[in-house]
Amino acid sequence: MFLDSDLLMSALRALTPILLAALGGALCERAGVFNIGLEGMMLMGCFTSVATSWFTGSPWLGVLAAALAAAAYSLILAVGAVTLRGDAVVLGIAMNLLAVGLTSFLLRTVFGVQGTFDDPSLAGLPLIGGFTPLAYLSWAAVAVAALLLSRHVWGLRLRGVGEAPDAAATLGVSPAKYQYGAILLSGVLCGLAGAQLALGNVTLFTENMTAGRGWIAVVAVMLGRAAPLGVLLAALLFGLAEAAGFRLQGLGLPQQATDAAPYVVTLGALFLTTARRRRRPRTTGAVQ
Amino acid sequence: MTRISGALRSPLTFSVLAGLVIGALFLLGTGADPVTAYEAVVTGALGADGIGSTLTTGTSVLGLALALAIPLRAGLINLGGDGQMVLGGITAAVTGLYSPLPAPLTVALALLAGLAAGAGYAVLAALCENHLGVPLLVSSLLLSYPAVSLASYLARYPLKEPGSSLPQTRALPDGVALPAFGDSTVTLGLVLVALAAAAYWFTDKRTAVGYEIRMTGLNPRFSAYAGVERRGLTLKLMALSGGLAGLVGAIGVLSFPYRFVDGSLTAPGYTWTGLTAALLAAAAPLGTVVAALFFAVLQVGGLAMERTTEVPRELTQVLQAIVIVFLAARLRFPSRWFGRRTRESEAV
Repeated sequence: MFLDSDLLMSALRALTPILLAALGGALCERAGVFNIGLEGMMLMGCFTSVATSWFTGSPWLGVLAAALAAAAYSLILAVGAVTLRGDAVVLGIAMNLLAVGLTSFLLRTVFGVQGTFDDPSLAGLPLIGGFTPLAYLSWAAVAVAALLLSRHVWGLRLRGVGEAPDAAATLGVSPAKYQYGAILLSGVLCGLAGAQLALGNVTLFTENMTAGRGWIAVVAVMLGRAAPLGVLLAALLFGLAEAAGFRLQGLGLPQQATDAAPYVVTLGALFLTTARRRRRPRTTGAVQ
Repeated sequence: MTRISGALRSPLTFSVLAGLVIGALFLLGTGADPVTAYEAVVTGALGADGIGSTLTTGTSVLGLALALAIPLRAGLINLGGDGQMVLGGITAAVTGLYSPLPAPLTVALALLAGLAAGAGYAVLAALCENHLGVPLLVSSLLLSYPAVSLASYLARYPLKEPGSSLPQTRALPDGVALPAFGDSTVTLGLVLVALAAAAYWFTDKRTAVGYEIRMTGLNPRFSAYAGVERRGLTLKLMALSGGLAGLVGAIGVLSFPYRFVDGSLTAPGYTWTGLTAALLAAAAPLGTVVAALFFAVLQVGGLAMERTTEVPRELTQVLQAIVIVFLAARLRFPSRWFGRRTRESEAV
């Protein structure tokens, strides 16, 4: 049987890092900041969680450190794009590059190994009912984010900042403050995503181990139109693609085909949704 | 005098200096002497032992820097360099292995085939943006992964060298190779890439098309008003961009070790280094060449630094990214990379 509960379970496990990162990306998008640095922030989270867990023996401190480190890393985007009004796209690309270089550099200076750090005594996250606590946290975060954005003053102001910054500023809401908040929160969420990837899905650190998941999260934000539930569905799609890929590999398909599956599925979903969105009549004469 | 102080104040000089200073702090942090380390980078990359390797690496870095600079000049970011380059490489390998033509013609055919494969694949990303509304940034990047997987599959299964434990194709037949200079690994590929750079410089500086591209980069709405057809331009620029990336892949296969080795084109990170160089130079032709060669020196010199000071060579990658972080924070590029970005640039 191809579609069974096992497949769903592994899909749910695969989606957690994407979901956490994409929720962060969605908050930024709502605040009017395009964040493509998710991949780099996640990778910083991966390394910090492994290093901290290794030195303290506690995966929980690893998770905490990952959240803090990625939040600190996200300040680059906040200061660069919000305060200095630099280009968020270029900053995001540079942050992704910097994270790959920095974590590989630290891997070699701190652990003296190249490629992969893998040790039996490295403590990973415990499983409760087959999932890490971070997985449950990610589902709770969807609900919290949804309520925040639709009901709470902070969320409504955040959206206001993203949609009409001038109007928000006129009402005494500081766009910069809300944008900083959204970017830092996305850092925390990406840090957790990284910890989940390095201490939950597996227990090791490999150079560039995010392998494009941060980019998938960026796409999930677009697919889900930056709404928490939409993002959840998009992440689920990716999780299913990854899980189905593993299953097919077990049935004898080469690894390369399954490696490519999540990207192809994501791209396909992107085509379908944008094509449908474009068929609706335009209300304004769009200039572009 | 004013020129010198002006240059010092320019964001570019500032960013490069800031990168070098932060790199020095990293070196101090690992207990190495920054002066010795930087000296090792320069002598290692430009000394008699390293210059050949720098020019070989430089061929790929410069090729991809140009490939990514050409659309960037019009404000388009192509993140799919890896996929386009690898498809170019594997297509050139297949052409080289199976072409019935004499060797010199096969070489030319393989180069053209690599170029066409890269161009065709990049056009796919452009079509995604033009007709399906998927931003180029995202479509080009996502398309890159399946292409890399496909090439990897071909090199590991149908085209694999029998009896070898390495994931690589058979070696190309005798004579199916780009002529090398002396006994170095530097090939005619360097000349091809240099010609591409010259053509880019000429087009940018002296032709109406180059002017149109620059204007589109500076102000897309104005250029649309002035009659530049955006979709067509995206298509053409992406074809050129992917074609160059594919050519770099083909050059890689037609040079030592004269075969397609899985990962050998993507592992050194030419795409990202090239993009960094193009961003650093704001895609200006001469600046892109200088920045690409600068990064090639860093990349090759990093190995020498690792040997003499035991500081990991990844430091040079950190340096590159820091330079761009500083530059991006102080410079603003035209905001047409993402559909809804005009609003955001007004937001802050």
